[in-house]
Amino acid sequence: MTPPRTLFAKLWKAHEVLRRDDGASLLWVDRHLVHEGSHHAFAKLDERGLTVAHPELTFGVADHYAPTRGGLIDADPKIARMIETLAANTGRHGVHCFGLGDPRRGIVHVVGPEQGLTLPGLLIVCGDSHTSTHGAFGTIAFGIGATEVAHVLATQTVWQKRPKSMRITVEGRLGPGVGAKDLALGWIARLGADGARGYAIEYAGSAVRSLSMEGRLTLCNLSIEGGGRFGMVAPDAATFDYVAGRPFAPEGASLERAVAQWTALSTDAGAAFDREETIDAASIAPIVTWGTSPEDAMPITGTVPDPARAGCGRAEHIRAALDYMQLSPGRPLEGTPIDEVFIGSCTNARIEDLRLAAAVLAGRRAKVPGLVSPGSGLVKAQAEAEGLDRIFTAAGLDWVGSGCSMCVAMNGDRVAPGKRCASTTNRNFRGRQGPGARTHLMSPAMVAAAAVTGAIADVRPMLEGRAVA
Amino acid sequence: MTGWTRAEGPVAVLPQENIDTDQLIPARFMSTPRSEGYGQFLLHDFLRNETAPKIEGAEVLIAGRNFGCGSSREAAVYALVDFGIRAVLAPSFGDIFASNAVNNGLLPAQIGDDLAARLLAQPPARMAVDIAAGILAFDDGEHPFALDETWRMKLIKGWDDIDMTAQHGAAIGAFAAQRRRAHAWAWPAATGTDTDLGTTGRGASG
Ligand code: SF4
Repeated sequence: MTPPRTLFAKLWKAHEVLRRDDGASLLWVDRHLVHEGSHHAFAKLDERGLTVAHPELTFGVADHYAPTRGGLIDADPKIARMIETLAANTGRHGVHCFGLGDPRRGIVHVVGPEQGLTLPGLLIVCGDSHTSTHGAFGTIAFGIGATEVAHVLATQTVWQKRPKSMRITVEGRLGPGVGAKDLALGWIARLGADGARGYAIEYAGSAVRSLSMEGRLTLCNLSIEGGGRFGMVAPDAATFDYVAGRPFAPEGASLERAVAQWTALSTDAGAAFDREETIDAASIAPIVTWGTSPEDAMPITGTVPDPARAGCGRAEHIRAALDYMQLSPGRPLEGTPIDEVFIGSCTNARIEDLRLAAAVLAGRRAKVPGLVSPGSGLVKAQAEAEGLDRIFTAAGLDWVGSGCSMCVAMNGDRVAPGKRCASTTNRNFRGRQGPGARTHLMSPAMVAAAAVTGAIADVRPMLEGRAVA
Repeated sequence: MTGWTRAEGPVAVLPQENIDTDQLIPARFMSTPRSEGYGQFLLHDFLRNETAPKIEGAEVLIAGRNFGCGSSREAAVYALVDFGIRAVLAPSFGDIFASNAVNNGLLPAQIGDDLAARLLAQPPARMAVDIAAGILAFDDGEHPFALDETWRMKLIKGWDDIDMTAQHGAAIGAFAAQRRRAHAWAWPAATGTDTDLGTTGRGASG
């Protein structure tokens, strides 16, 4: 009898072409996603006169530099060049590209699942750290650097040492107004921004099982902010249902055979993890960040920490973070005035996120300006069909096109220096949303509450009596 | 990439935790071709305040825990390498950063919390690092650092993964054929340029 194995161990074995004496495995890559930032890797390929080994398994998406208003003609020439370079590189190598003008284009980690490119049991890589997102399907998915991207392009494989395993089990029910984003920021605050460094995370427990696919994507997306390069959820009926009928997904008999194989993709009872963490879902409140690392997070009911009461290494970090964020120790986080809001990114710009924000904003006005950028062209169309765009614009927010936008401030959308933004994104790093920008991460519902209040606010009372999708 | 074993040079410190790759190189510089050099972008915004540490001329950089966390941008490593940094010392590194570093001949040397705290408080002017021996040497003596064995060999030999993988071409081909037989569903059902897929397939609603 084979000993019980974790889901991660099963998938790793299924993709291992060979293992070297030093323990490094050569892994087969089922899907390789590239974006504008992959230009370094294509240049490396060209330098060596190599071609893409499996263009049929490689897909390009224009997202990081994609303009959210107007077309390429209005864009900064540098930005336009990045998008044209992606189109030229993918075109030359026979790689399918969701480029500007394609209605299916969006953020790479939204497009993959939406198009059925992301499936249970696959191994997916992309030159982007939030590739962990795709793990929501029971997929080994991880971010790689440009040298590795070039290697995957040339060989359809990647060298990796198997990480240690960690299970985060969340039991119970999340309270009203509390979702996957709060769950994720909550564990990162507890274990630290390097808490899962060196580990592949499996999220389990009743609270995780009852998350929608959108929620699981948000949870796995944020794995990297806790240092975990891999995050995954075992596939189940919700996963299979999501996949069925997607353009690039198997159908008919092929889908039936796939589902039969996918059903076996779970951790065996009794399999050992190198580390186990458990969280009580009912104890989680809406979470907001106060500092410059995603670990600088606390419940909305908390007060800004005091460096004088922290250990020496930590004290220096808190002091520097508060100085950058212009917050005073001991003050309640709630009520901190904000200048603008952003709803978008691969973390929280899927249809469910937009529905949640709209549920808070319906019939209300935002006190501050803000941008709502849907995760893909299809999310945008769906939201418009549901009338969500009118709720956002009636509230005074801008409804724009899809892309990474103000998550990374590469396309020209940015928070002005010194301004404070309530944001659904994943990184509150200094300058992430533009030089000098101050970012507070929170869920889409909490960003909507901040917009209406003009300050960081608890969304829970604002949701009372409202139907939330 | 050329391999190396020993380096000696001036030290600079960044006494902070969680220095992310957005600090190492702000995103707005990343459209630059590598041939133009990335050293000018290193810690571009981070160093533009009066209390910021001075790193001019440094070849060894010492920082707090979780150095290089965040984005997978290899440009962060290009900025360090083009600036002239050979080794970064910290109690821990972002996983993707560390492997990117090794792929570009930059040593991510892991040191203990105590040694890191001491070095950050009172940095030596110069330091020698020996990858083969796993030793740091400076005026107060020698200290070990930790490094994955595969990475040690890679740094010393200057190995290139694409060349190393080329010898396994047959094994990869056989694996792909076997996978396709047993898991045909793992190949995309549709490819090419049909732009009507978005309307015929399922849309964004979950
Ligand atoms: S939305 Fe932000 S985090 Fe996601 S891929 Fe784009 S830049 Fe990266």
